[in-house]
Amino acid sequence: MISLKQVSKRYDSGKDALLNVSFELASGELTFLTGHSGAGKSTLLKLIMLIEKPSSGQMLVCGQNIALIPRSAIPYHRRQIGMVHQNHHLLFDRTVYDNVALPLLIAGFPPRDTGRRVRAALDLVGLLDKENLNPITLSGGEQQRVGIARAVVNKPAILIADEPTGNLDPELSAEIMDLFDQFSQVGTTVLIATHDHGLIDRYDHRLITLHEGQLLSDGFGGAAQ
Amino acid sequence: MNQPAAAPKRGATTATTTWRHRFDRYREHHSDVAFDSLRRLLAAPLGTLMTLLVIGIALSLPAGLFVLLKNAQAVSEGWEGGAQISLYLRSTVTETEARALVDEVAARVDVQRVDYISREQALKDFQRQSGLGDILAGLDENPLPTVLVVFPAQADFNAADKLRTDLAKKDGVETAQLDAQWVQRLYAMLDLAQRLVQALAASLALAVLLVIVNTVRLAIESRRDEILIVKLVGGTDAFVRRPFLYTGFWYGLGGSLLALVLVTGVLAWLQGPVRTLADLYHSSFRLTGLGLEAVLLLVAAAVLIGISGAALAVRQHLREHEPR
Ligand SMILES: Nc1ncnc2c1ncn2[C@@H]1O[C@H](COP(=O)(O)OP(=O)(O)OP(=O)(O)O)[C@@H](O)[C@H]1O
Ligand SMILES: [Mg+2]
Repeated sequence: MISLKQVSKRYDSGKDALLNVSFELASGELTFLTGHSGAGKSTLLKLIMLIEKPSSGQMLVCGQNIALIPRSAIPYHRRQIGMVHQNHHLLFDRTVYDNVALPLLIAGFPPRDTGRRVRAALDLVGLLDKENLNPITLSGGEQQRVGIARAVVNKPAILIADEPTGNLDPELSAEIMDLFDQFSQVGTTVLIATHDHGLIDRYDHRLITLHEGQLLSDGFGGAAQ
Repeated sequence: MNQPAAAPKRGATTATTTWRHRFDRYREHHSDVAFDSLRRLLAAPLGTLMTLLVIGIALSLPAGLFVLLKNAQAVSEGWEGGAQISLYLRSTVTETEARALVDEVAARVDVQRVDYISREQALKDFQRQSGLGDILAGLDENPLPTVLVVFPAQADFNAADKLRTDLAKKDGVETAQLDAQWVQRLYAMLDLAQRLVQALAASLALAVLLVIVNTVRLAIESRRDEILIVKLVGGTDAFVRRPFLYTGFWYGLGGSLLALVLVTGVLAWLQGPVRTLADLYHSSFRLTGLGLEAVLLLVAAAVLIGISGAALAVRQHLREHEPR
C-alpha cells in the first residue's frame, strides 16, 4: 500500500529531515512510527500526503509513484488518505459537524449520505452530542477526536495519524487505539506517529523507529526496542 | 473523475441518474457558495461599501463620459443634413451673370438646389434678423454681396467639400464657404473625445482589476487557514477558487450597478438645464441615458473584471502553497 525506497527529504533550509528511508506497509497493516522529537516523523507523513515532495528516492502510495502525480491530481490522491494532524487543523468558523463534513462536501457527497456518515464518525469518537458546538469550545482532547472523526469520515484506504493521542488520557487513548485497530481490520492501512511509549508497549504492533531522519529499526513490539 | 475509494455504493442506480444527481449537487453547491460569498461581503458592510464605491466611481467615469459623447453625437447628427455652401459673388458681377451662374450650378448632378439671394434681399434679411435696421438704412451703399446658397445632393462632408472647391474656382465667386465645416470639426473633436474615453475606460478597467485583486487577496489572507485545511482534505484548486470567484463576481456586479445609479443620477440632475438650453435653441433635444446595450456591456465587463481579478489573486496564492 505504501512503499519507500531510499527516500530522502531535504528542506529548503538545507536540513535533511529524512535520509535514505526504506520500508513497506501492506494493506490493512497497523504500524507505529516513533523517534525523538525532530526525527522526521511528521515529515514522513507529509510526504505520504504529498504536502511535501521527496527530494530523492522512490515512493509508492496506493500503487502510484507519487513523484509522477501531477499537481491537478494531488487532491484526488489526498482523498484516499485520512490524516490526523499534530496540530488538529480545525476550522473555528463552523460547527464540529461542518468540520467533519468538510471532506465529504469537497468530494461532492449527497447531503443525505453526508449526515449519516458524519454522525457515524462522531459516534465513533464519542462526540455525537457535540456536533453543533464550535470546536473552539472543546477541550484539546475533544478537538483531537474531531480531527480523527474528520480523517475517517471518508472511509479512506490509508489512515495516517500524527500524535493522535497527544492530548488524551490513557482511557481515551485506548479507545482511539481500538478504533484504529477496527479500521485496520476492515482493510485500512494505518500509520501512527507517536512518542507515547506507554501506548506502543501496550500493543504488539509493528514499530518503525527513526533517528535523525534515518531508519533505526523496524520490527514487532518489544523486539524492536 | 477519480471516485473516492469509499464512494456510496448503490448498485441499482443507473449512470444517467448518477450524473443527474451529481449535476444537481454541483449546482446546489454553486448557489451555496455564491450566497456564502455574498453573506461574507454583507457581514462587513462598511468595507464592502468602500470597495464598491471605489469600483462604482471608477466605472461611472467612462460610462458617464460615454453618455455625454453619445448625446453630443446625437446633437451634431441633426446638423449633418443641413450642410450648405454659400457662394459670395464679387460686387462686379451683374444680376444677369449671377442668374446664369445659378442655372449652371443648379444643373450639376451633385447639386440639389440653388437659392439666389440678391444684394437687396440680403440687406433686408440682415436688417430684419440683426435688428440693426436703422444703422444699415443710414449707409449710402449696400455692403452685402450677392449670395448663392448651394444645397449639395449628398449629405456627405467630403463630397460637399469637393463641391465647394470646384465652385470656388468659378468666375465671379469671391469666396465659397461650406457652412457645415464647423460640424466637421466637431466630428473630428468627437472622434478624438471618443478615443480619449476609450483610453480612460481601459485604464480605469485596469484600476478596477487591481482593486479587486487586492481586495480578494485580503479576503484570501483572512481565510488562509481554511484554504490550507480544504487543500489538506483533498479540495481541488477549483474548489478553493470558487468562493473567491463569486466574491469577485459580486464586487463586479455591485460596482457596476452602483456606477449605473451614479450615471443615471447625474443625468437626471443635468436634464433640467439641458432642457432649458434646448428650448432656447427651439430644439426638442433631451439627454438620453446609457441605453440597454451599454448597460449590459458595462455590467458584463465589470463582472468579467471581477472574476478575472479574483482568479488572478487566487492563482497567486495557490502558486505560493504548492508542495516542494
Ligand atoms: N518546513 C520545514 N522547513 C525546514 N525544516 C523543517 C521543516 N519542517 C520540519 N523541519 C525540520 O525537519 C526535522 C524533522 O521535523 P519533523 O517535524 O518531521 O519531526 P518530528 O519527528 O515530527 O518531531 P516531533 O516529534 O517534535 O513532532 C526537524 O529538525 C525540523 O526542524
Ligand atoms: Mg511531528
